[in-house]
This record gives sequence, C-alpha cells and structure tokens, in this order.
Amino acid sequence: MSTAKLITSDAPIESHLEPPRKRRGSRDFFSRLPLRLLIIVLLFIEIYPMVWMFLGSFKTQNEFLNEPFWSLPSSWSLDNYIEVFTTGEFGTYIRNSIIAVFPSLAIILILGAAAGFALEVMVWKGRGTVLLLFLAGVMVPAQMILLPLFSIYFQTGLTGTLWPLILTYVAIGLPLTVFMMATFFRAVPREIFEASTLDGASIFRSFWSVGLPLVKNALFTVGLVQFFFLWNDLLIALTFTTKSDLRTIQVGLLNFTGQYGAVQYGPTFAAIAVSVFGTLLIYLFLNQQVMRGLTAGSVKG
Amino acid sequence: MHTVLGDKRAILVLLGPALLIYSLIMLVPIFWSLTYTVQDGNPIVGFEFNGFENFVAFFTDPSAWDAIGFTLRYALVLTLLQVVFGYGLALMYVFWLRRGSSLVRTIVFFPVVLPTVAVALLFQRLFEAAPTTGPVNSFLNLLGLSSVDWFGTPAAAFWVIILMDVWRSMGFYAVLLFAGLVDIPDELIESARIDGAAGWKLVRSVVLPLSLPVLLSAVIFSINGTLKVFDTVVALTNGGPGNATTPLTLYMFRTSFSYGEFGYGSTIALMLTILCLLFTVFIFRSTRRDLTKES
Repeated sequence: MSTAKLITSDAPIESHLEPPRKRRGSRDFFSRLPLRLLIIVLLFIEIYPMVWMFLGSFKTQNEFLNEPFWSLPSSWSLDNYIEVFTTGEFGTYIRNSIIAVFPSLAIILILGAAAGFALEVMVWKGRGTVLLLFLAGVMVPAQMILLPLFSIYFQTGLTGTLWPLILTYVAIGLPLTVFMMATFFRAVPREIFEASTLDGASIFRSFWSVGLPLVKNALFTVGLVQFFFLWNDLLIALTFTTKSDLRTIQVGLLNFTGQYGAVQYGPTFAAIAVSVFGTLLIYLFLNQQVMRGLTAGSVKG
Repeated sequence: MHTVLGDKRAILVLLGPALLIYSLIMLVPIFWSLTYTVQDGNPIVGFEFNGFENFVAFFTDPSAWDAIGFTLRYALVLTLLQVVFGYGLALMYVFWLRRGSSLVRTIVFFPVVLPTVAVALLFQRLFEAAPTTGPVNSFLNLLGLSSVDWFGTPAAAFWVIILMDVWRSMGFYAVLLFAGLVDIPDELIESARIDGAAGWKLVRSVVLPLSLPVLLSAVIFSINGTLKVFDTVVALTNGGPGNATTPLTLYMFRTSFSYGEFGYGSTIALMLTILCLLFTVFIFRSTRRDLTKES
C-alpha cells in the first residue's frame, strides 16, 4: 500500500525530520567542514568516471598511450563516434534494441494494466491465487526458463529473428507489472467503479475510460522501470541473439572490444558514451519518477 | 452490478492474454526445465534419460563448488556493503543534509540507470595496468605504490567487481532506505531527543530498531539480486582470471551454450533457484524469531 502512495504523489520525497535549528556561525561552518568534504568526495567519485569517459571519447589512440589520464583531448573531433557507427555497426544494434524493447513495453503495459484491473477491481473466486501465481514469477531466476525457451524457439523456427526477445521480455516483465498495477487499482476507491457501472458503463468502458486515466501516472512510472530493465538486459539478449546482426546494444557493446586485436581506446569510449546516452538523458529529465519507480519496484510485498 | 463486476467473459478478456503469455513462457518452461534435469543432451542432438547423473555430477564437480563459493562470497559481501553504505547515506540525507539532500540523492542514484556493460567497460579502463596506466593505478603510483594487475589476480578481481557494484547501487539502496527513515514519526525522534538521546545513541536505540522492517526488505532484495549476478561478471572479468570469478549463473550459461549440455545446465539452474529460496526463507525465519524475542 505504501508503494502506491509513494508513486502516485507527484511531490518529491521530502524529509520531515527537522531537529531544532542550530545557530549559524563560524564554529558551525568548521564543524560542518568534514561533512562537506565527505559530500564533495562522494559526488566526485560518482561523477568523475562519466566525465573521464566523455573526454576520452574525443581522444586519439596516441593520446591514450602517451599522455596521463587527466589530460584533455587535443581536439573535439567526432572521428571516434563515426568509427563506432561505421565499423562498429552501432546503428544496427540500436535499431534492434528499439525493435525488441518498445513493442514489448507496449504489450507489457496494456496486458499488465488489464490483468491488474481484472484481479483487483473485478469480483471473482480465485483471484488471490492467480495474483500469487504471478508473484511466483518474480522470485524464479530467469536461468530456469532459458533452456526450455531455447528449445521452443528452436523448434518453432523463431530462432534467427527478434521474436524470442520480444516474447521473453513480455513474459518476464508481466509479473512485476501485474503486481504493481493491482496495487495501484487497490488504492482507487471501489465506489468509483460501482458508480460508473450504475451509470451504465460496460466493464471494458470502466477499465478504459475510468480506470486507466486514474492510474495514468502510475502506468507511466511502471513503464519507465520496465524500460530500464529491458533496455539494459544482457542475459536474455545474449542467449537468443544467435546471429551478429540481431545483437542489441548491450550485446553489441560487449563484443565491441573483442572486435580489434589491441584495445582501441577512443572508439571504445565513444561506444560507451553512445550506449549510456539514452538512459542518462531520460534520467536527466525524469529523475524523481525514475527514483520512485525503481525503488517501489523492489519493495514488493 | 455484481453481474457486471463479476462478468466471467470480461474477466477472461482482460486477464486471459496476460495469463496465457505468462503461463506459456514462464510457468510451463519452469516445469519443463525440471524434466531436463534428469536428461542428457540438447535440442539439436536430442535428449536421453540419464536418471540422477546430473545431480551426482553437480555435487562431485569441483567447478560447481567453486561457482557456489564465489556466488556466496559475492552475495554476502555485496549485500552487507550495499545495505551498510545505503543506510549510511540515508542517515546522512535525513539528519545532516535534510532539505538540501535532493540534489545529492539524485546524483548518487544515477549510476543505477546506466547499462551494466557500459559501466563494466569503463571500470576495465579505470583499473587498467597495461598498456596504459588507468586512473586508479596512477593514483597508487602517486602514493609511491606500484601498479596492481587488478584483473590478473583472483582476489583483486573480486574486489573490483564488488567495488563497481557498490558504486552503482549504493545510491539506490540509499533512496530505498531513505523512504523508510522518512516514515518514522517526528514525535518519536523528538521525544528521544528530549530524553537526551543524540547522535550515534539516537540512531542506535531509536532509529535503527524502527527501520528494521525496511532494512530487512533491502537485505532480501539485495541477496536475491546478488545471488543471480550475471551482467556485472560477464562484462567486467568474464569469470576470470581462470574461473576465479565465475558465479553459478555464468557456469550454467557456459555449460548450456558453450558445451551444449542442457541437462546439466538445468540442474545448475535448479540449484541456483533452491539457493535463492533457502536464503529468503532463512532471512525471514531468523528475523521473525528475533521480533518475537523482543516483544
């Protein structure tokens, strides 16, 4: 229940533990100095690797081998990025990731919201059992289903396409989505649906025009969480991409360093920059929602 | 009204597709996987019944025990560090930074959203020893120490993996535990302050007991995630040097897809599942007992 509260409210989480105010003065400044230093070190540790990567993506191989790591790139040339997209085939990888992730995401959200509605708003025997059945799926490691799925996709001839990825992503994304959507629908007063039913709305209309708009924000947050899970997935993608032109961006990046004999530093850094760009951009704009969603996704039960 | 909200056909339409996909692609394969554990082979050459040979092989396989050992060491060390660092940060957000903590919280959280492979490639370069000297070894050289071949020695590789995962996840656990700390009622903290509790004493005797439930869920979440570690290890060390950093998941993956032994692979997957269940039940039971003792 508290997870629903956490997500649906749009206000940022704020501390309400306010100890009595201290007098401000020079003593105060010095007593707070260790804490400030700690925070500066902390932020430096979190941010510096990203800055280093970004600067590195503009350096030449020669600069990497002969200059210290803190040196700035001599020019802002995009050669490394061009190399990533021409010889590294990152365009194909990004396309594959988009084809695999976004349809899966749409199916997960629609089916998950409908199932959550049926399990929480509608009244029928055995809905508790079905909810538990979905919950069991959150617990079981993906390794348990990989091998049978490999057989199934092999025998049905789906191997060699992106369908195995889409189908597996949907199945793995559903349990958490159904569970979270059920939690959100539980927070909606039942009277709303009873009223819409009395007004003559069919159950599908109650779901589509009354239920969905009410959990719109929650649906968006769940979508964000699932997007990060699917976009950053390595295990499923590594298992089912049997051909190199099916690689998603993560599998492509994993194989990127192996492509050359010696490490090509510049292109490697540019490839890392390309692969973190999408998620970093989303986080820049939607960080509060991402934080709420990702943490709520873990406190299930 | 009950006929509308209890309409069987509508339930089937709304719930049916999700339940069907979930059953076909998750539930059926889970049981299918169990049948593989008593067989030998793979989908290309076919399967053949071999009784309990896979289980006998598992318990007498030194590589399997090494993998279990690494998985347990990694899961326990990382869970401890993640929760301790996360809790420390959460306390700092609540009691020291207060209103101003939003920006710090957001920045420390961000590595969680980065793709593991990208972070791992970055850490390979950060800890590089040759041919170029990475920032970490440069720093050691500056202190007068010699460079460490981080990925060449098992112990060092283990700690680089741990360090990278702490870097990525401490902000996540901080926000998770922060939400729990904020839920503690003001009055309790206030009355403890009036009674003279402050600093470490306040945390130990008031805040810590009150945040036990959220700490518990953080530990369970962490142990379940860390026992299933795959991405981090594959991308950072690929199980090396040798197979010193090979967890069960990677061992299962190699057995199945490099050697084509689906039967043995399924057995390893089953052992991993049992391990996760055992840990969850164990943590639940041990904390239940503690709670009843106190009351």
